[in-house]
Amino acid sequence: MSEILSAAVSIAFHGLAFAMVLYLITVGLSVTMGLMGFVNLAHGMFAMFGGYAMTTLMNGYGVPFPLALAAAVVIVGAVSVVFERVLYRRLYGGAELDQVLLTIGLIFMSVAVAKYFWGPLAQLFQPPEVLRGQIDLGFREFPTYRSFLILCGAVLVTGLWLALDRTRFGAMIRAAVDNLRMAQSVGINTSRLFTLSFALGSGLAALGGGLGAEILPIYPGYATDYLIYFLIVVSVGGLGSIRGPFFAALLLGISDTAFKYLLPELGSFFIYALTLALLMWRPRGLVSSG
Amino acid sequence: MAQAAVSMAGTAAAPAALETTGLCKSFGALNVACAIDFRLERGARHALIGPNGAGKTSFVNLVTGALVPSAGRILVDGADITGLAQAARVKRGIVRTFQITTLFRGLTVLENVTLAVSERLGSGGDIHRPAGSRRAIIEEAYALLESLGLQDDSLRPVKELAYGRQRLVEIAVALGLKPKVLLLDEPAAGVPSSESGTIVETIERLPADIAVLIIEHDMDLVFRLARRITVLVQGAVLVEGTPPEISADARVRQVYLGERPPA
Amino acid sequence: MALLSEDRTVAGAIEIFARRHRFRWYEVLPWLVAASCYVAFPNYLALGAQVLAAILFGLSLDLVLGYAGIVTLGHAAFFGTGAYAAGLLAAHGWGEPLSGLLVAAAAAAAVGFVTGAVILRTHGLTLLMQTLMVATMLHEVANKANSITGGADGLQGMVVRPVFGLYRFDLFGKTAYWYCLGVLFIGWLVMRRIVFSPFGRSLTGVRENEARMHAIGSPVFRRRLVAYTISAALAGVSGALIAQTTQFVATDALGFERSGTILIMLLLGGIGRLYGAFIGVPLYMILQDRFAAIDPVYWYFWIGLLLVVVVMFFRGGAIGTGERLLQWLRRR
Repeated sequence: MSEILSAAVSIAFHGLAFAMVLYLITVGLSVTMGLMGFVNLAHGMFAMFGGYAMTTLMNGYGVPFPLALAAAVVIVGAVSVVFERVLYRRLYGGAELDQVLLTIGLIFMSVAVAKYFWGPLAQLFQPPEVLRGQIDLGFREFPTYRSFLILCGAVLVTGLWLALDRTRFGAMIRAAVDNLRMAQSVGINTSRLFTLSFALGSGLAALGGGLGAEILPIYPGYATDYLIYFLIVVSVGGLGSIRGPFFAALLLGISDTAFKYLLPELGSFFIYALTLALLMWRPRGLVSSG
Repeated sequence: MAQAAVSMAGTAAAPAALETTGLCKSFGALNVACAIDFRLERGARHALIGPNGAGKTSFVNLVTGALVPSAGRILVDGADITGLAQAARVKRGIVRTFQITTLFRGLTVLENVTLAVSERLGSGGDIHRPAGSRRAIIEEAYALLESLGLQDDSLRPVKELAYGRQRLVEIAVALGLKPKVLLLDEPAAGVPSSESGTIVETIERLPADIAVLIIEHDMDLVFRLARRITVLVQGAVLVEGTPPEISADARVRQVYLGERPPA
Repeated sequence: MALLSEDRTVAGAIEIFARRHRFRWYEVLPWLVAASCYVAFPNYLALGAQVLAAILFGLSLDLVLGYAGIVTLGHAAFFGTGAYAAGLLAAHGWGEPLSGLLVAAAAAAAVGFVTGAVILRTHGLTLLMQTLMVATMLHEVANKANSITGGADGLQGMVVRPVFGLYRFDLFGKTAYWYCLGVLFIGWLVMRRIVFSPFGRSLTGVRENEARMHAIGSPVFRRRLVAYTISAALAGVSGALIAQTTQFVATDALGFERSGTILIMLLLGGIGRLYGAFIGVPLYMILQDRFAAIDPVYWYFWIGLLLVVVVMFFRGGAIGTGERLLQWLRRR
């Protein structure tokens, strides 16, 4: 009996850590798709380059972990603004197909760029001394870094949800996702809102990519290979929702971990079948808005 | 006037072209339609007016099947169509035009109308032969364009036309479906006054056997075209009557002009 | 006099409209080019056969994407189903190629019909996701069932018999070339008939304005499903062609890269123009042959950049750009 319990706890723990990473990466994508109506398949590249920036600073320049992570977030957030203003902005409200094809092109370019600068192998990520090893939580030992990851994730998620509910910026996003034209007519500068929320979303993705470098290794194929996970979380969670992707990430993170642990011979088949079923049941996602 | 008297006398005997009983629709706490009892007689020229947000377009959506009612029934020629899908209702003769022009903008005017005629005649799904081989359909569509004065634009893409003419094409498409009940949702909306005259004339010249319901804000248009008017306020029918009755009604004046009812 | 000219106007517009489906002189060009390639490039016939089969795949995608407006990232599901159907038949003793094509078409159509019935009620991102899920699921199944499918290493032991019992599949690809060309020709005729039929026109209507289609009484879901099923059948045939002419099938036939690549090829040529695949497929494959050989990394970068540039500045791909160029030239 205790074996089953132990397995369940392991699955819950690792699934939760995975879910946190997925959520941080995809919350920005959900807002982009719901707010700007833009299907950004290349969103993963922000997470990837965040991971690359962080590991390069840490491994190549000895920058301490928290600083490297913060720098990565800022750099990626800033660069993403360029993408938004120069490219994405022109296709807002345009044909979905164009957006899909544009972002597929960007994914390809990101794969090539990553391979060119950093080679084909996964980046080495070594968390600082204090976060290595195991931590004793009384009834069991858990990997320290993942525990930190879960804690970090919980703090960030809480902060994000509070910001959404309590700040003016959050209110503007909620209004604009709900009804863009109304939001414009009450004087919200939607253009600036788009850019800011896009930068924020990309920064969060970089954060998720960096923090989660151990769970989702940083290598050139990052944006293509993990794309399906990101899309599952966003479409099951509900576009434009900030809470929805969290529940979807939990669902995906825990069930993926469970299936890999308990039924590895079936692979991810059930995840895809589950997603298909969920989308059939709730086409607009678990938490649909607007 | 005589026509109105005839249709009034006939209400008890002949079924209305369109009738709703107790029609309700709510989105959670928001009521867009409350217990609407409505009759549209054969050959009617009926207007539906009301302030913004009164639920006029929602009513059209309910009748055409774009919205599913929370309660109530919809009858066409006495037959209950409440459970039918949009496409099936079109086959029964319920046809609408949209407030914002909803046409195939990249296709030509002739093609737009041909598609409608083709669907009506049931050959819209034919795979085995070219669309161009159905002469009769194309000629019918062309004749319809001619009757509305649009024939010179037949091979131009819709998006190239002036907005007023696009609204006419919208009416042409509706007529191509040989409607029994025609629901015109703000036919002159967004049309510059220089072009709206044609639209009004077109509506005046509509075949007498079609029951026409017009949603409009422009009171001049309403009083010119309608023989009966229903006033909708916050999803419920406020009052119904002839144009003189409506313009004299104190409640209507209050709703539109904010006047207090005389003490 | 006035009456006569009126008649001419009436007749004129209707005539132009009614004659749209007639064959134009330039439509014989692709076939002339294909036939002359047989003579001009005798060493590249095997590659040529691949190109022809891929064009059929592109046509099938165009039906669903360019005409019905269904954006799909999982069209390889049908390609792969057809490929495996033909492959498994050939590996288990039934090597007759033409009947193999029919079985492949039926299998792919069945998959298309069943999945379409489930997912075609949705639109937008949800639909896109579901097409991706279906293809990914099939890919997983094929991977895991590697005792049957051979997994990533591929199906072993395919034996394909001569076409009509007479024309053996030779090493130079001569038979393969004519085989694929013939099947492509038939597929093209089918596409052309569909596109110009009332059904095809209604698909364009669904793509242009679905609300309007409902409002004219069109059974939209049914039309989309029929288009999806036919497209799946054609894609299945193209998969079977590749399997039969290379005598090999592996799980990449169902993979995301295959779905993505055909999408790109179609974009380059022009989506929804019937001939987009004829231009886009050879263009992509030639570019890939030239550049990927030099440096695979560079290839990925440049094709990505090309995609971005085409989407931003060359709407409608090669055909769309060509049309605009012609219009501009006419005005000068």
